[in-house]
This record gives sequence, structure tokens and C-alpha cells, in this order.
Amino acid sequence: MATKEEIYAKVSATLIEALNVEEDEVKPTSTLQGDLGAESIDYLDIVFRLEREFGIKIPRNELFPEAVLQGDPDIVQNGKVTPKGIEDLKEKMPFADLTEFAKNPEVNNFSDLFTVALIARYIEGKLAAGKN
Amino acid sequence: MRWIWIDRFLEFESGKSAKAVKNLSTAEDHFRDHFPGYPVMPAALIIEGLAQTGGILVGEANQFREKVVLAKIAKTRFEREMFAGEQLIYQVEILMMRPEAASVLGKVFVGGVQTAEAEIFFAHLDQARSKQMFGDHNFVFSGELKYLLGLAKVASQTGKDSPG
Repeated sequence: MATKEEIYAKVSATLIEALNVEEDEVKPTSTLQGDLGAESIDYLDIVFRLEREFGIKIPRNELFPEAVLQGDPDIVQNGKVTPKGIEDLKEKMPFADLTEFAKNPEVNNFSDLFTVALIARYIEGKLAAGKN
Repeated sequence: MRWIWIDRFLEFESGKSAKAVKNLSTAEDHFRDHFPGYPVMPAALIIEGLAQTGGILVGEANQFREKVVLAKIAKTRFEREMFAGEQLIYQVEILMMRPEAASVLGKVFVGGVQTAEAEIFFAHLDQARSKQMFGDHNFVFSGELKYLLGLAKVASQTGKDSPG
């Protein structure tokens, strides 16, 4: 079983390759889009690389649940995620800490949730689940 | 000029790998300017050849139902320049294949020595949306690329072929 540090190091190396960024740019709090410049196609590339690197399967929308925020009026109203939407996200993304996001749940802020640390937490969860 | 940057397939293993050949001829227009007296194959056109080899490999794996488009070149490395008169072998293997995208690793060889490498990421255009925009017609695998498909089919039917 890989340690937290090993997982983080591999996630960091994966992002450096996928996003062509420098090692010192990748910090646990770095956001993929804002800080590391990820674009839509990069998210798929990252998923592919993580699958290969860790030997896991990442179903579509599990790590990056884009569909959650697409157009459903129950989930998004006036550019903000509804309380029901937040519950939905909590269920779908147990690896994410939604406390801050829930205070001002603008859809535009959603991408800020996706940090290097979040990816590492997600992988930790996947690997732990796979072990059982 | 036809936008085909491979001459023909040498090997084609469905869903797995493909090998194509590209002979660099002084008659190709771009060598006149790139560069006068120093005919170097533009690196972007080598990548295009790899992407065509890989794109057809990926497309064939889904019976050409998907619109396969080059989305990203994550990593590429050239060991040296390649010149008119040389024969390039494009060797491509599928790294990952999913309903929404695929990635391949492409390598270029001259005389058995590797001269370049690129990791190429293809997206499958969203079925619903691309149908709205472009209709049922698969514009990726039409016209010029259809010609290559014929070559790919021949290669896959005859299996390994070693003309050179």
C-alpha cells in the first residue's frame, strides 16, 4: 500500500507531465484550472494518466463530475449551486471538502475545488477501497 | 496537394498498433522553403503523420463510428532533423482507449534508429453535439482519409508486410 507521501508525489509528477508545468508550481493547494492552467481536454488526459499510474479505473464523472453542474435547475439556480445540489455533490464527491464552497456556492468557483491535494485524496480513497 | 502525410500502412493490428511509412521526397513543396538548400521535414508535419497513423488506428477500433480529433500533444521529443530522401517509419501504439477519448504513443524511426517520439491525445467529438453541428456524416473519416482507410484495410487483411 502506497503511503500518503508516495501518492502525492505520483499525483504531482502526473500533473507536471499532463499540464507541462514546473515542479515548484505544483503545491497541495494549487488549483488545476486557476493555478496550473488546465483546460477541458486536460482533465481527461489527467484521468488517463492517473489510471495508468495507479492501475485503477476512474469512471467518467467520478473525479470530475461535470454533469452535476450542467443545466439541472434542481442543482443550479441563478449561477449558484442549490442546497440540494450541495448535498448531491457531497454524496458524489466524498473526497472533496465542500465547507468553503458551500458558503458561496457560485458555479464559477466550482473549479477551485479541484486542487492537487483533492486529487491525492481521491486516489487514496480509490486505493483503500480497492484493497478491501 | 492532398493532406495525407503517410504513404501507406505496413502493419495494422486492430485496437493495438499500426506502422506506416512516409518517404520524404524533394518534390514536396514545403522543402523549397523549409529551408532553401537544407530540406528539413517540418516537425509539425511529422507529428501530423504520426497523428494520422494513430487517428486511423483509433478510428478503426470503433469501426469509424466516432469522430476522432487530435486534441492534445502532451509530450514530444525530436532526436534530430529529418531530411528529403529519408524514409520515416511511424510506429504507433494505443495507450488508452475510452468511449470519450484515446491516447497513443507514436515513434518515428529512420533506418531502425528512433528519431522522434510523441504522445498524442485524441478526443471523440461528443456524439449528440457533433450530430447537431455536422449531421450524421463523419467528416473526419471522409475524402482524403478514406483513401488511407483503404490502405489500412489492405494492411490489416494481409497482416505483416515487409516492402522495405
